[in-house]
Amino acid sequence: MAAGPVTGPPVPGLRVDVDVPGRLRAAFEVPRGSVVAVLGPNGAGKSTLLHAVAGLLGDIGAVAVDGETWSAAGSTSRLVRERRIGMAFQGQSLFPHLSAEANVAFGPRSRGVDASAARAVAADWLTRFGVADLAARRPGQLSGGQAQRVSLARALATDPQLLLLDEPFSGLDIGVATSLRLELGEHLAAFAGTTLLVTHDALDAFTLADTVLVIDDGEVAQLGAPADVAARPLTEHVARLVGLNVLREGAQLTSFRPDAVTVSLARPEGSARLQWSGRVLSTAPHGDALRARVETSTGADLLADVTPAAAVELGLAAGREVWLSVKATSVQQYSAAPTPSATPSGTP
Amino acid sequence: MTRARPSLGAPPALLVAPAALASVFLVLPLVALVIDTPWSQLWGLLGTERVRQALWLSAITSLATVAICLVFGTPLAWLLARVEFPGRGVLRALVVVPLVLPPVVAGVALVSALGRNGLVGGALDDLFGYRLPYTTTAVVIAHAFVAMPFFVLAVEGALRSTGADFDAVAATLGATRWTTFRRVTLPLILPGLMAGSALAWARSLGEFGATITFAGNYPGTTQTMPSLIYTELQGDVEVARTISMILLVVSIGVLAALRDRWLRVP
Repeated sequence: MAAGPVTGPPVPGLRVDVDVPGRLRAAFEVPRGSVVAVLGPNGAGKSTLLHAVAGLLGDIGAVAVDGETWSAAGSTSRLVRERRIGMAFQGQSLFPHLSAEANVAFGPRSRGVDASAARAVAADWLTRFGVADLAARRPGQLSGGQAQRVSLARALATDPQLLLLDEPFSGLDIGVATSLRLELGEHLAAFAGTTLLVTHDALDAFTLADTVLVIDDGEVAQLGAPADVAARPLTEHVARLVGLNVLREGAQLTSFRPDAVTVSLARPEGSARLQWSGRVLSTAPHGDALRARVETSTGADLLADVTPAAAVELGLAAGREVWLSVKATSVQQYSAAPTPSATPSGTP
Repeated sequence: MTRARPSLGAPPALLVAPAALASVFLVLPLVALVIDTPWSQLWGLLGTERVRQALWLSAITSLATVAICLVFGTPLAWLLARVEFPGRGVLRALVVVPLVLPPVVAGVALVSALGRNGLVGGALDDLFGYRLPYTTTAVVIAHAFVAMPFFVLAVEGALRSTGADFDAVAATLGATRWTTFRRVTLPLILPGLMAGSALAWARSLGEFGATITFAGNYPGTTQTMPSLIYTELQGDVEVARTISMILLVVSIGVLAALRDRWLRVP
């Protein structure tokens, strides 16, 4: 992060320290312009974080954007409408009685732009998202992908300081999601403000984001650059998302790739610490290999990739008792960072 | 729309028999009224001064009632549905009391509040020399008092079932609550407003007890169709029947006209 232009420390983009009782406790800080992918299992508190930052959950702690205090513990916070946010809600949230253009123009209109100027802004954003020809249609006459484009255009049309996107690709066909992901990437690159992007897809985290925020069980579990998080995931959920095995012993984590695992029927030679006996839960094709999910006697779920030939030789099928082992040179060992609230830029 | 029904067997007689009785019970009086109406008199009666006055009065008072419900009842329904405030539950309970109040009691209550010696009516008389009872305005007030709860309940239901999430969406786009109400909430509850208006209108058209108690029964100023029917019933039953028929045809006609467009059963 570059130093501020004149004096003092650089202005942070988004600083959050919120506590939504029973649902989420999160404290973190990211620089302005960050695109933060918010990852985590269902019900972990990802959407809650977005709603809390937007002000939709009332007074729940401190939120500051670009150095402006939006809410602070013990004082009245800014109303939702006074926060310059662009929010794309999960599912359809377009006003059903307004045309696509009127939906996008709604934000500028509400913020005092006159009707014709707001229409021009809306037309411009619909064009940028490639749906200008659908301007007159009602949301009911749009496909899922088209509606999501209009929804994103509406969120960006108010020139927000903070963009909050709640699973923008959920419910879309894979092809539609892929092309929309590419388009959104371009818009996010051009967007000067800070973005929080809730997703359950690792692909979003690595193609769109420069920062990954992992939320698990209502707490921030990890914050870092996508490559760091992918290489050294601290949660089972993210490990699975990036296709790694992760074992935790206290604060010590061990990760390794499924294709580094050797499967055998007899107990293998070598370090006892890196071998496990277990039972195959399921098998499924994975690229050229067969990926087996194995429940070990220690209770962990591990993934192992074996060649089809080896799978036949081992008689690999659900219920088969096997041994798993991995070479010490193939594992990565690291410790869980005690505080996840460091700024993510650069390596720790 | 027809759908293939699963073979569950014939409906049991224990349910079919009472259902048939209920249907006959509900339809029979209307059929009797239609049969007994001296149709030849209908046009002649429509031309008489007292029937035309009563029809006109019923028309303007019921429309005024709907207007009052729209202007005052809609904000009340919105407040009850969308704003949390202390005493909301109590207010909602009080607001619907006129729904179950016998109309005559409603009339007595209105006299107590707005009558010449009433709580507010007395002050109006002392300060401005204005006396409300036995005026057309009193008719409208009586109608609004009994019809508003129907309207508020219908519109509050519509407000609860449609579009509450859009309040949050509109707020993130920078809209004030007034803008949100005007541009989002109101268009989305339009069917609910129409259903509520139809209910209020029908209630107003048939209102008798509260009106006659609070506003009296003076031809030209406070005698609406139901009051005229009541009056005629003392003398000429044939005339009462005929006027009843007129009222029946008018209400069914208006409801049918509204039904296709606004009163779809969900």
